[in-house]
Amino acid sequence: MQTKLEAPLTEPLSLDRQATVALTGAGRSYRSRAGEVEALRGVDLELGPGELVGVVGPSGCGKSTLLELVCGLQQPDAGEIVVAGEHAAGARLENCAYMPQRDLLLPWRSALDNAALALQCAGIPRARARLRARPLFERFGLAQFERARPAELSGGMRQRVAFLRTLLPRRPVLLLDEPFASLDSITRAEMQEWLAAALRDEPRTTLLVTHDVEEALYLADRVVVMSARPGRIVAELTVPFERPRPRPRNETVTDPEFARLRRAALEALAQ
Amino acid sequence: MRPYRANIKRRPAPRGDFSMTILKRYLPAAALLALALVAWWWIASLEAVDDLLVASPGEVLGAFGDDHELLLEQSWVTLQEVLLGLAIAVVAGVGAAVAMHLVSPLRDAAYPLLVASQAIPIFVLAPLFVLAFGFGIGPKLAMVALICFFPVTVAMLSGLDSVDRELLRLTRSLGASRLRVLRLVELPASLPQLFSGLRIAATVSVIGAVFGEVAGADAGLGRLIFLGNNQLQTPRVYAGVVILTVMAVGLFALVALLERLAVPWKRQGGTI
Repeated sequence: MQTKLEAPLTEPLSLDRQATVALTGAGRSYRSRAGEVEALRGVDLELGPGELVGVVGPSGCGKSTLLELVCGLQQPDAGEIVVAGEHAAGARLENCAYMPQRDLLLPWRSALDNAALALQCAGIPRARARLRARPLFERFGLAQFERARPAELSGGMRQRVAFLRTLLPRRPVLLLDEPFASLDSITRAEMQEWLAAALRDEPRTTLLVTHDVEEALYLADRVVVMSARPGRIVAELTVPFERPRPRPRNETVTDPEFARLRRAALEALAQ
Repeated sequence: MRPYRANIKRRPAPRGDFSMTILKRYLPAAALLALALVAWWWIASLEAVDDLLVASPGEVLGAFGDDHELLLEQSWVTLQEVLLGLAIAVVAGVGAAVAMHLVSPLRDAAYPLLVASQAIPIFVLAPLFVLAFGFGIGPKLAMVALICFFPVTVAMLSGLDSVDRELLRLTRSLGASRLRVLRLVELPASLPQLFSGLRIAATVSVIGAVFGEVAGADAGLGRLIFLGNNQLQTPRVYAGVVILTVMAVGLFALVALLERLAVPWKRQGGTI
């Protein structure tokens, strides 16, 4: 049902411009009871406009710290970070949309209102936020789930809603922190295809942190491998398949070239 | 091309078969109540038991019949005190919890005092309140509010504290101000905890009203019981106590009902 009111209020989600991200010599340490813990050391990483870079590494290699540094929730001790030309933490935050590992949907809100929360946080009234979220649900095939409460949704559906919540503020950089880690492997494969399609329709400069090498290689233009603490980049692999991947996922991930990359990544991880 | 294919099925909302579960749930309570009534009746009928000390169920029923007008009148007075006092406690308790949650120095300062205030024997305060506020509804409201304030505040505060840290970080990354996080996330998230505090408050609120009335009043069930005791009208005293009990259970049920309506996403249900 379309009303005339909706049209002018509905803003396109696509961006006018894609942003870049650049980390040079970024380092970060914490003080803990065990003394000084160095989470990241000398990380150099550049993301071009619309590029998707996957970050894989062992547990505790500072992958999440990396994302928090980029979006300005933390400041680096060493080096510098520039997002969309901005140095300041607040300005970086305004350019980044962060998607945590857990969906963190509010149980009292419908799926639509959960996505709309992203806009309400920025001060947009509820009705208007809903109006802007609705077309997104239709485009991404979730229209029939608008009114469902999170408890009625499967794990994969919840992640989809969480992803729409991440897209909705129209920020040029996406930071995805192990978005599918909590899903079973079949659902995870489905979600990877879904995400790839969504990012084809809504291209964003994306940093994807994951512990799943296959996931990183399937989704990313480039994959960087990090070492155990202190996290450093030990390998960088360019994925030679065009993105979005022209072939179905099953064909892509069983390609001999894909297997070769996977082996290289796993060997870098094992070092 | 629609690439967003997925075998997405909507899970049915969890729902129980209502009429059957209600019967099953209340049958044990009804049976125990019946057993207690029989025991009461038996004890009251013993030769060795003084009639002035223990009125039989029949006598209490008689008191309900003879004094129903008086009982109804006095119950209404007490019910008003309880409901108003509870309302005050909820407003003050939620307000105090939010203030303590937002301003941590305030919390550090006030929390120990809040706990310590629970050690004050509340019936000692009642005569002081009567001195301060007179014989009207004032001291009763103060007593009810005082006795209900603690469970409401503590429950609300722990509800506000229970919100996921990562969720707070997410809302912050989305640009939400402190007050907006409170309104959009923290307040709704603490409703289930608030209601568990309210259940406790509802059951003890009646005690507050009775203390207030015993200390000095011209109406109310507490006064009726107090006078009835002095005048050895044991059946009437018992009738008053029965009404107070029913009132507390009714309030508890009302809170449970409100909880079902206000917190539909938490259908684990109460104990009533």
